[in-house]
Amino acid sequence: MSDETPRERFSGLRARFSQGGGTTDASLLLVTMVALWALFAAVGMYLGYDTAGVLGTVQSMTFLVAVYALAVLALNLQWGYAGLFNIGVAGFMAVGAYAVGFLSGSPDATPAGLGLPLPIGIIGAMLIAAVVGLIAAFPALRLRADYLAIATVAMSEIIRTTALARPLAPITGAGQGTRNFPANPARTLYYENPADVTSAPNAVGEAVFGVFESFGVMRTNLVVDMTYTVLLLVVVGLVYWLSRRTGNSPFGRVLKAIREDELVAESLGKDTRMFKIKIFMLGCALMGLAGALWQGLGNGSVNPTTNFLPVLTFYIFIALIIGGSGSNTGSVLGGAVFAALLFLLPTYISNIVATFNLRLPRPNSVIDAFTPLLSADPLPLVGFVVANIDSMRFIIIGVLLVWLMQNRPDGLLGHRKEVASSVDLMRRDRTRGQTAATDGGRTQGGADDE
Amino acid sequence: MAGAVAVLLLLDLLRRLVDGSLGPSTLLTYLWTGLVIGLIYGLAGIGLSLTYSILNFANFAHGEYVTVGAFSGFSTAYLVAGGGIATLGNLFLLRPAAGQVGVSITSAPFAVVVGLLVAVVATVVVALVLDRVVYKPMRSAEGISLLIASIGVAFVVRYLLAIVYGTQRPGVTAGTQRYFVGEALGLGRFIVDAHQLIILVAAAVLVVGVHLLLTRTKLGKSMRAMADNEDLARVTGIPTERVIRSTWVLGGGLAGAAGFLLVLSQGTIAYNIGWRLLLLIFAAVILGGIGSVYGAVLGGIIIGIVQQASAVWLSGVWSDMTLPVTFALLIVILLIRPQGIYGGVETT
Repeated sequence: MSDETPRERFSGLRARFSQGGGTTDASLLLVTMVALWALFAAVGMYLGYDTAGVLGTVQSMTFLVAVYALAVLALNLQWGYAGLFNIGVAGFMAVGAYAVGFLSGSPDATPAGLGLPLPIGIIGAMLIAAVVGLIAAFPALRLRADYLAIATVAMSEIIRTTALARPLAPITGAGQGTRNFPANPARTLYYENPADVTSAPNAVGEAVFGVFESFGVMRTNLVVDMTYTVLLLVVVGLVYWLSRRTGNSPFGRVLKAIREDELVAESLGKDTRMFKIKIFMLGCALMGLAGALWQGLGNGSVNPTTNFLPVLTFYIFIALIIGGSGSNTGSVLGGAVFAALLFLLPTYISNIVATFNLRLPRPNSVIDAFTPLLSADPLPLVGFVVANIDSMRFIIIGVLLVWLMQNRPDGLLGHRKEVASSVDLMRRDRTRGQTAATDGGRTQGGADDE
Repeated sequence: MAGAVAVLLLLDLLRRLVDGSLGPSTLLTYLWTGLVIGLIYGLAGIGLSLTYSILNFANFAHGEYVTVGAFSGFSTAYLVAGGGIATLGNLFLLRPAAGQVGVSITSAPFAVVVGLLVAVVATVVVALVLDRVVYKPMRSAEGISLLIASIGVAFVVRYLLAIVYGTQRPGVTAGTQRYFVGEALGLGRFIVDAHQLIILVAAAVLVVGVHLLLTRTKLGKSMRAMADNEDLARVTGIPTERVIRSTWVLGGGLAGAAGFLLVLSQGTIAYNIGWRLLLLIFAAVILGGIGSVYGAVLGGIIIGIVQQASAVWLSGVWSDMTLPVTFALLIVILLIRPQGIYGGVETT
């Protein structure tokens, strides 16, 4: 067959990925990041930003990539490894963000925090998120997968609407949200009194700011943000390492066995429920960490009317699906591709379009946008689309999700799922293995005979 | 445990009634508005329940079918009732003020009835098109893949509506006749308005109709057979594709009707009303038992009444806790009776 060769080559590539060859994965990640940095720097330069502006564009992109990667890695532990369909990610992130504010925020601000040291706040936030995860998972884990989905999305809305409720205002700030977060670690590194906005920089700060000033970057806030982003990348590395260790451990192999066939895992004497609860709690703790580092320390302000909506959960899911669930490298890649290209890039489009000086008309309804098409005038429609870029983004995401599910359920980057055994079973007779898999995928009775 | 809490709450309710801190008319109002809103949850829930049991997936786009019904129905009602007030385009986009157009069952009964019918038809068309484009190519996929695809569908439909109609939340109904029934019975002021009565009648007709359809017709039997075991249904010669289409017709139509009636009762419309309703509909369906029509309606009524009657205990600033408490009820149901009131097959 003529199409055999590229396909063969492709599956060879896949095999190399799924083996998790360290150098391939690392270089893939590096190439992606360098490409994204170049792209965003180019966008910044095209828009005529100065050096600080270009750095800021690249920094905010990297920050978003890092926090998405964190959340996606956490979700991958639950869904990719154990097949637990948690669509309450936003809720667990909210728990983490609020908890770090409550534990380590200043006792004098409103809503008051406890003023504990930051490491205790972060560990506490992860523990609280894990416990909330236990509460959500306990009833649902013994039921069908889609019940867990409904229970977790309900949990995330319980958390968000409770954070909005006025009786809890002393802790959450209710509708006003909270800004009472501890100073982020990058500030602590550079300032004598990190909690004070007007504080003078310490010796390290003087030195670092001096270096940046010699390149014409005068914004000290940008330097702090860049440092924090670098710290986040380190955390992503640590979580990646943790997931990888978990996935390759005997514990992780049981998880993959549960994902493939829970009945078999149970027949082999594994207490599958305990395994599921443990990995669910670990995933929720990491989601709590992501929330604490992203909305908590990173953004420094949280508001339940705009943050932690269920849509955030779906963003993270889409990122994981793009990368291919079941693979840690895929998680990070998916997070990067989604955050940078699908989420952030469209926000620059209206700025870029503005540089063309098209004098786009702004029709105020869809009818005014389409009727000029009859007289072959597409500009009102273009103007309408640009003005509605936020809604367009959601539509594109939705279409992408449907397309992925129909054509690439294993993710855009191919089948990267790690198998449940420690040796590669697919290696010996790949062709026969593949036909068996397609047949196996078609059977409908999976849900009934469990 | 949960039973003990329920008994305690009921006793407390009686105490409040006896010592007069809760007037009978207030309680009746809670029950009545809870019943009306619950019927809407139930109507929408029937469709969700049917697709859940027959197509084997939790349809996260079901709320969007409700929204489609609401907008298509009210665009039609505006076109019928508001002729001459504004351009057809502006009427379709619901731009003129609600008071000017005056859509209500008392001032424009014809517009309301036509609106309801169009809401049903339009939603059925949307449901069938979506089935053809999205779900048909993945009939053999697992429930979770379909669930994720339905989340994508929900995004597309919701934000298409947002682009067409905008993201504001306009009022679209005019005031209607109110009846003070309580005073005649000596129970204080207890208001029933004409729109609530219409919802009651429409819901009752639709539920009885669906029940007869499912129990008396061959189509109904085929649907129940498919819900039990699709492969077995297919080998017995049941045209499964046709049954699936009928399921979407029924489910979509009821969701569309629910959307139109919802807006008729609450008076405002927005691109995300269905999405906000989705979890409550899920709660109703799970409470009633997946696959059961009466279960969905009963579950809807219970959720509706719980939501309203919780105001007895959650008053003042605590009323903010109504939604969390209702969702918590969903988790409690999963904990103590996951198969629901009428169900019994869904647990593994």
